[in-house]
Amino acid sequence: MDANGLSMLLAAVEGRMADVSIFSPASPQAGWIVDLAILALAIIGIIFLVVEGILFYSVWRFRRAKNDAPGEPAQVYGSEPIEIAWTAAPTMIVFFLVLVTTRTLWQVEAAPVQPREGDQALFVTVIGHQWWWEYRYDSYDGRKLDFITANELHMPVGDGETQRPVHLTLQSGDVCHSFWVPRLGGKVDLIPGRSNLLAFETEQPGLYLGQCAEYCGAQHANMMLRVVAETPAEFEAWLANETAPAVEDPAVAEGKATFLANSCVNCHRVSGTAAQGDGAPDLTHLMSRETIAAGQVPNSRSNLRKWVHDPHTIKPGVLMPAFGLSTEEENQIVEYLRTLK
Amino acid sequence: MTEPAAALPIPPEIAPERTLNAAQWGMASFLVSEVAFFSTLIVAYVTFLGRDVVGPLPAEALSLKLAFGTTLCLVASSIFIHFAEGALRRGNNASFKLLWAATIALGVAFLVGTAYEWHDLIFEKQLTISRNLFGTTYYTLVGFHGLHVTVGVIAMSIILLLAARGAITKEHETGVQLVSWYWHFVDVVWIVVFLVVYVGAKGGSV
Amino acid sequence: MATVDHPQRLARSGIAADAASRGWAAALHEWTTTVDHKKIGIMYVLMSLVFLVIGGIEALLMRWQLFYPRAEVIGPNVFNQLFTMHGTTMVFFVGMPILIGIGNYMLPLMLGARDMAFPRLNAFGFWITLFGGLLVYLSFITGAAPEIGWFAYAPLTEHTFDRNAGTDFWALGLLISGIGTIGAAVNFIATILGMRAPGMTMRKIPFFAWTMLWTSFQMLLAIPPLTAALVMVLFDRQLGAHFFDVQNGGSAYLWQHLFWFFGHPEVYILILPVFGMVSEVIPVFSRKVLFGYEFMAAATMAIAFISLGVWAHHMFCVGMSRTLDLYFAAASLIVSIPTGIKFFNWLATIYGGRVSLQSPMLFCFGFLSMFLIGGLTGIMLAAAPFDFQLSDSYFVVGHFHWVLIGGTLFGTFAGIYYWYPKVTGRMLSERLAHWHFWLLYIGFILTFGPMHVSGILGMPRRIYTYDPSRDWEWWNQLTTIGALVQTPSYAIFVYNLIASLWKGKPAVDDPWDAWTLEWTTSSPPPSYNFETQPIVHSRRPLWDLKHPDDPDWQYE
Repeated sequence: MDANGLSMLLAAVEGRMADVSIFSPASPQAGWIVDLAILALAIIGIIFLVVEGILFYSVWRFRRAKNDAPGEPAQVYGSEPIEIAWTAAPTMIVFFLVLVTTRTLWQVEAAPVQPREGDQALFVTVIGHQWWWEYRYDSYDGRKLDFITANELHMPVGDGETQRPVHLTLQSGDVCHSFWVPRLGGKVDLIPGRSNLLAFETEQPGLYLGQCAEYCGAQHANMMLRVVAETPAEFEAWLANETAPAVEDPAVAEGKATFLANSCVNCHRVSGTAAQGDGAPDLTHLMSRETIAAGQVPNSRSNLRKWVHDPHTIKPGVLMPAFGLSTEEENQIVEYLRTLK
Repeated sequence: MTEPAAALPIPPEIAPERTLNAAQWGMASFLVSEVAFFSTLIVAYVTFLGRDVVGPLPAEALSLKLAFGTTLCLVASSIFIHFAEGALRRGNNASFKLLWAATIALGVAFLVGTAYEWHDLIFEKQLTISRNLFGTTYYTLVGFHGLHVTVGVIAMSIILLLAARGAITKEHETGVQLVSWYWHFVDVVWIVVFLVVYVGAKGGSV
Repeated sequence: MATVDHPQRLARSGIAADAASRGWAAALHEWTTTVDHKKIGIMYVLMSLVFLVIGGIEALLMRWQLFYPRAEVIGPNVFNQLFTMHGTTMVFFVGMPILIGIGNYMLPLMLGARDMAFPRLNAFGFWITLFGGLLVYLSFITGAAPEIGWFAYAPLTEHTFDRNAGTDFWALGLLISGIGTIGAAVNFIATILGMRAPGMTMRKIPFFAWTMLWTSFQMLLAIPPLTAALVMVLFDRQLGAHFFDVQNGGSAYLWQHLFWFFGHPEVYILILPVFGMVSEVIPVFSRKVLFGYEFMAAATMAIAFISLGVWAHHMFCVGMSRTLDLYFAAASLIVSIPTGIKFFNWLATIYGGRVSLQSPMLFCFGFLSMFLIGGLTGIMLAAAPFDFQLSDSYFVVGHFHWVLIGGTLFGTFAGIYYWYPKVTGRMLSERLAHWHFWLLYIGFILTFGPMHVSGILGMPRRIYTYDPSRDWEWWNQLTTIGALVQTPSYAIFVYNLIASLWKGKPAVDDPWDAWTLEWTTSSPPPSYNFETQPIVHSRRPLWDLKHPDDPDWQYE
């Protein structure tokens, strides 16, 4: 088992697999939001208790009773000092909330940063598609990178001395999407025709789950995303693998030929081959990913075979059609894909 | 509670209110909603202004001269309708009909001008609604304005027909006034469109 | 066989008796050609109730699908159609028309007028709204309802991504029903400003009229931008225009701005009339005059204006500048000030009163206790960075249902329980009303409370299924159970409405010992509303009548 798999297993054992709560922040960005959230919750909690208290008390205390005096109770038409008082009090609370909102806003929102030598920062362009994520790795630590992967974002963790921030440039290839990994920070939309920025960092290795948060069509629910935060050494190893050309295994030459001879190549890319499509996930290092179908199912042989046979059995409405290949062809293609480590 | 009736407080006299009547309030609020509608179309026009990579662009497509002429028609018609309204209020039905007909004629002249302009844009300059962003926003904005002019012309023609039969008199003042408000509004919208679209297209080089 | 031709008896006999005595065909003709504000108001409310049931069934189907993770009850396409239609239905064909309907029925009576200012426009508005609703639902027979969400974000609505004719039906239906809404707004404004009884100056109109006035004002400014935006969608889809066609330079962003410029005031369009209704009910059932009328009116106006400038708080995640984020956060937080003023004034009205928890007041209590929470979670969402996490999560779903059910629906029910005797001449069953209230109250909390939690646990909205590895199963099941608890409450309500037409205790003209003009006429009112033109000296003309020794106008 490689280091990556181990960290995921550890995460699962610790029960972190399921943790996508905004209240268990793993990045300073998410942490600042939690600070604001707790403050806001405290304030509205107090307002809630006071106002509900007055309401319940009034209804109970002034309920109609048998021994009420005849006639109507005293009619009070209003009171200017009271009105001014209960206008002033919420105004002060609002003023305070605006101040803390401003502070957090300036902490959290990403400012444009250019990559430079030795910055220990990762720059990735994220392109949202119906219904998967394309990651174009631009640079790390000032080194230019030039490879594409999908659905699983790998990033290095920082430590006490060095921060290793990730700067994402968010774009869309079709409709609006939204990038949301709750434990790493707030969401930012991917809007066609625009570029948005999102930055976060973490010091805790692990798997962070998230998913698309802007309705984007039939399979919006299954446009999930995974962020793997790993030690700089593990990350370098992963980078080395991703930047390497696709594995050439003569044992699956037939599968490769079948793959290249079919429509697969119109959308998918395997670097170093004739498959150079850019409408679907890059398959050059498919087997380095834990899942397929945008985090929906494990990347196993049986799932791959199901997917190649008819992806709609896994993800109804997906843009990849069922090609009606023979079982033999399907098996050949799956075996070929299984070698793309 | 058991006081004699004579001691009961007497309410103050009710003073009549002097504001618009219900029909006037209705037309005024309808026009407010129209302002919101046209503002949206103008916002869309301005948003996309200068973003086109495919021509024709406003500067090469639009004729300020023609637009100036049609604008003059509308502004003049606003003046005519104002005097027509006054004539009806004074009970001068003959001059009301004359001025009212002149207003309609000027409105029709505006529509003819627009038709000529669109014919030229579509067949000579190849500008259609799907050609580029300018075509998209221009035809939507100017088209909806033209639709409002058409509705106005129809409404005024109905009144003219009724007037010709002697069915419009001083007591229909409010109805005529409301149509005139509408017509003034259509005119004001056009002046904004003229400034934003036509004068804006020439970049103030007139 | 008594044929009913006496106009007053006809008006008094109500829908069912009317039909029974004259035959259904004659009744149908009468109702479809009527320009009477009362009949139109009833038809608005009935239409809304029918759509409420349809929208509710859509919600139940969605909750069934979400009960288990990876359930396969309905596929993604059907689910996406359901939430599109549920949202559209509830906002455009339940929320707005039920409020317009109640306003239609009550306002002329409360203002001492014979009818609305433009009765034929009124009928036109109703029929075109209904027709719009039918058009949107006709999309089902084209093969599929739209799958775009009620917010219909571009470019998902472009022909490139959506070949489904349902979207065109949707856009056309909303467009024409929007025209009906604008007609209603024009009518309300003209009626309130131009048809008041002698002596009823603007400082003396019933508070409900104030809220309807500002609601109408918001409709005038908010609906036309939506109309224009829908025209743009239709031009894009049908004529090849490029407004939202991003491949050809169009802007996805423009749609969001236009939609929310409508969409946010829409929330206030759905809540302001309810503020008005509870401001009528709370004083009567607390036996006290409304506390701080002028401040309440001013606060309503403030909400109407401020809410026109807060729309982009729905767009904190689209990557606006920090300055814009801050502006929209601050403006949104400021709305809570006038809302707070209203709340405190209601509490002050109850305080020192003599509270009777009969059904209208019970629902006002539900409104007050629940709307507060919806308002407070709104403050959380207005704090922009917090919204980066909460936006488009289930927390938001919980929040706005809390506002729209805890606020709008509870308040509307209060209004219906309050005015039903006036409209039908019969009292509703208090026993059934209490069942209705408590099932709804508990079911509502159980449905929408857990949604806040699943949102905080990272569950996005509008997903048709979720992975079992996420910790959302338990919360979704609670939500579904809550929905099932709510369901019978609506059935009880509808049963009560229908059964009481025959079995209800006959209502006197003024069953609640209330103070506004509608209670001076018979229950139900004759077609001409008032036998003599009422003359008004204060905000509570009936108080003046009942307490000639100590009339209100001395203090106003």
